[in-house]
Amino acid sequence: MTRRERYEAHQRRRSLVIATISTVTVVAAIYFLVPLAPGWTKVQQSFFNGETLVKTFPKLLEAFRINVMIFAWSAPAIAVLGLLIALARDAKSPALFPLRIFGAAFTDVFRGVPVILTVYLIGFGIPGLGLPRPWNSPYIWGSLALILTYSAYVAEIFRSGIDSVHHSQRAAALSLGLSERQVMRDVVLPQAIRNVVPSQMNMLIALQKDVSLLSFIGPVEIFRQAGVFKSLLANFTPYVGAAIIFLIVTIPATRYADHLMARQMRERR
Amino acid sequence: MPKLELQGVIKRFGDRTVCDGINLTVDEGQMVCLIGASGSGKSTLLRCINLLEPIEDGAIFLDGEDISIPGLNPQSVRARIGIVFQSFNLFPHMTALENVMLAPRRVRGLFRAELQPEVEALFARFGLADRMHNYPDQLSGGQQQRVAIVRALAMQPEVMLFDEITSALDPQLVGEVLDVLLMLKKQGMTMVMATHEMGFAREAADKICFLDSGRIIEEGPPEAVFDHPSHQTTQAFLARALK
Ligand SMILES: Nc1ncnc2c1ncn2[C@@H]1O[C@H](COP(=O)(O)OP(=O)(O)OP(=O)(O)O)[C@@H](O)[C@H]1O
Ligand SMILES: [Mg+2]
Repeated sequence: MTRRERYEAHQRRRSLVIATISTVTVVAAIYFLVPLAPGWTKVQQSFFNGETLVKTFPKLLEAFRINVMIFAWSAPAIAVLGLLIALARDAKSPALFPLRIFGAAFTDVFRGVPVILTVYLIGFGIPGLGLPRPWNSPYIWGSLALILTYSAYVAEIFRSGIDSVHHSQRAAALSLGLSERQVMRDVVLPQAIRNVVPSQMNMLIALQKDVSLLSFIGPVEIFRQAGVFKSLLANFTPYVGAAIIFLIVTIPATRYADHLMARQMRERR
Repeated sequence: MPKLELQGVIKRFGDRTVCDGINLTVDEGQMVCLIGASGSGKSTLLRCINLLEPIEDGAIFLDGEDISIPGLNPQSVRARIGIVFQSFNLFPHMTALENVMLAPRRVRGLFRAELQPEVEALFARFGLADRMHNYPDQLSGGQQQRVAIVRALAMQPEVMLFDEITSALDPQLVGEVLDVLLMLKKQGMTMVMATHEMGFAREAADKICFLDSGRIIEEGPPEAVFDHPSHQTTQAFLARALK
């Protein structure tokens, strides 16, 4: 071991010891101090009731399947629609000018309105037209509201990805005699999409959480199910259970997105 | 009839005139070198010939045919004139082979299998036979630049344009790329290149054009331009460049 390595090993040990001590201190402080708060026993009873958690957890998990289902059919639709909107907004041919205007209006509107409002307006409004079953299902119109809103954001991310491809790539492709369309499809888009994968991952995570907003127009997904249990058992623990289920899905996904992002940063340099 | 002819080409960016009435003739099989200070308009001129930049005035003829008519579809012209850039500009998401095959497949409408022998022969000729399946970031600068040349050649162009293709290379890699140019010259390719490699220009070029602020202020065979420059600006430039 060289002198330098000995020194660095010593430094690493030191950092580890300090980090451990400080973490233990903070955790211990929370563990001992929080229960001293006057309302703690009540909070513990109504939010962290082990028995209630065990009893409701399987049902919550089952309700979560609805979230997964809505997510599973919305996400591909969002990807496709988002990409189409992005391409429409960058269309150059004058014949497609109306498409550009439409694309711009679309993104402005759906990014400008709170998701919950869109869910309400579309989810209650369209079935209100008196459509026959199954076309009055809140699953359809709630999903559509999510698809429209998220496509607007996803489209903007795709556009930033298209902009991030250096113009010399376009020039090189054009110089070979490719048409504008071929340049977009074969050269620009593949690179643009790869560049925005981490950002789009974050949109997917957000979507997974926002599926719960559909509970307000009918579907008994996990948040609604937790609400049912809350009323039934007069206890908030089911909400904590729902939060735990979300975290089991979103924490690994978030870590993965961060990992992709970090890797891309390294590659860029 | 010259292979390529430029008559009074004018190119502006805003109110900046970057090509200011360029006249140039390039005969079949000739190698013409454009030299001149940074910013004198060499790259812009090459991009105009390839129709990557529309010109404001003047005309460009390929085989006597005006290719600079406004509104003309540039695709068919670009397929006949290859260009290689200083910064390679390979497509990073494709292997060397895919880079080379893309345009022939899309523009010449050929299938991979039809192209394979032709393209493999090109790779072999430029010493890249064992690099076909590598991605650009797995290749050295010299190899990347040779792949870029192969990519342009796969379109079977009649004229090749080179824009300082060795400027981004480590000095020890410059030779392998310049050798490729000599090989092309031997095969009778018509070439126009912008370069800072004065030694190479002197050896290999049939004609040297010296650009200054968007004008060709001196042109002729290498011996004439390098040894007896008539213009003061040329003398000053060469004194600096050959030092
Ligand atoms: N797209 C553009 N928009 C505006 N100005 C430009 C553009 N491209 C080039 N120019 C300007 O035109 C002039 C000529 O540039 P050009 O790249 O053709 O010079 P060059 O002779 O190739 O120089 P170098 O030896 O540095 O490559 C420069 O002043 C440059 O700033
Ligand atoms: Mg240049």
